[in-house]
Amino acid sequence: MATNIILIILVTSFATYISRFLGAFTSEKIVETSKIYKWFNCVAYSTLAALISRMLIFPSGDLSDVHYILRITVILLSILIFYVTKRNLVYPTVLSAIILATLNSFAV
Amino acid sequence: MINPKYFLKGVLCSRKFDSPAIALGASFIAIGALLKNLGFTIQESILSTFLTYALPGSLVMAESMLIGASLINIFLAVWLVNSRLYPMTVSIMPLLKHESQPRWKYYLSCHFVAVSSWLILKSNYEEIEKNYRIDFWIGIGTATWLIAIFSTVLGYYAADFLNKDMIIGLTIVNPIYFMCAMIGVMKTIQLSSAILLGAILGPIFYFISPEWSVLIGGVVAGTVAYLIGEKYGN
Repeated sequence: MATNIILIILVTSFATYISRFLGAFTSEKIVETSKIYKWFNCVAYSTLAALISRMLIFPSGDLSDVHYILRITVILLSILIFYVTKRNLVYPTVLSAIILATLNSFAV
Repeated sequence: MINPKYFLKGVLCSRKFDSPAIALGASFIAIGALLKNLGFTIQESILSTFLTYALPGSLVMAESMLIGASLINIFLAVWLVNSRLYPMTVSIMPLLKHESQPRWKYYLSCHFVAVSSWLILKSNYEEIEKNYRIDFWIGIGTATWLIAIFSTVLGYYAADFLNKDMIIGLTIVNPIYFMCAMIGVMKTIQLSSAILLGAILGPIFYFISPEWSVLIGGVVAGTVAYLIGEKYGN
């Protein structure tokens, strides 16, 4: 089992490093003012946004046990707190954890 | 070698009050606890974060292990979920490039590309002279990477004291932080459309293919946003 875990870790890290390495390799000829750079920048932001919304809407792991109404409530409250606190990132982040943990303890 | 002044500047960037380090730390505490519950030893948990340093990839690895997936399946699932690192790397390397710097720095430091370090760099790189940006980036990467490793250890040992609601609370910290950070950078038509379209199309493509949804959603949304930006200006 121990060897299997090490092998799984190595496979996971290799699968992750490939994208980073290819990014460094193919960007060697790309200039930051070029159109292709702008396109990659847009795709990077879109992919991140897609990943974050997927993590919230179709979560994996422990978060998937939380009812979607609770998740949506926390998302909306966090956006509200973000704007109310003049775009501060710490308050919505910390409060989201506390609100979700509290709501979920009542829900189950 | 590495310029210590700029390296330190990068390290210190992670210490700011609203730094992504908070979200990073919280989510890797949850990962540490998860790995312990999966039967990893402390050494294996450290090795996992040390070598992978990508949250969704570690989650996919854990889930794949739970269902007893083969190594090939784990490889493909992790590669797909972490393929977002490709456009992310391409979108920062040209900002760091300078002919006076050796290439090994770029190939080694690309390991540090993750959402938190990427966002720190994106909001601070303009203040740094171009020939030292790579050292600044290595500083950011080293700091965030060490925070992730330290938090994994913390989560591993705290696992016995964390109940399920606390773990759930920790797991939402990461997406909520980055959701707010993304809303915060929506300052041009191009970036706003990229982020909004990505957030909408990612889950829509999930109905067609859960594995490919992030990648396809990201490429389609990014391309449309690029065209919108080109047409209506930035």
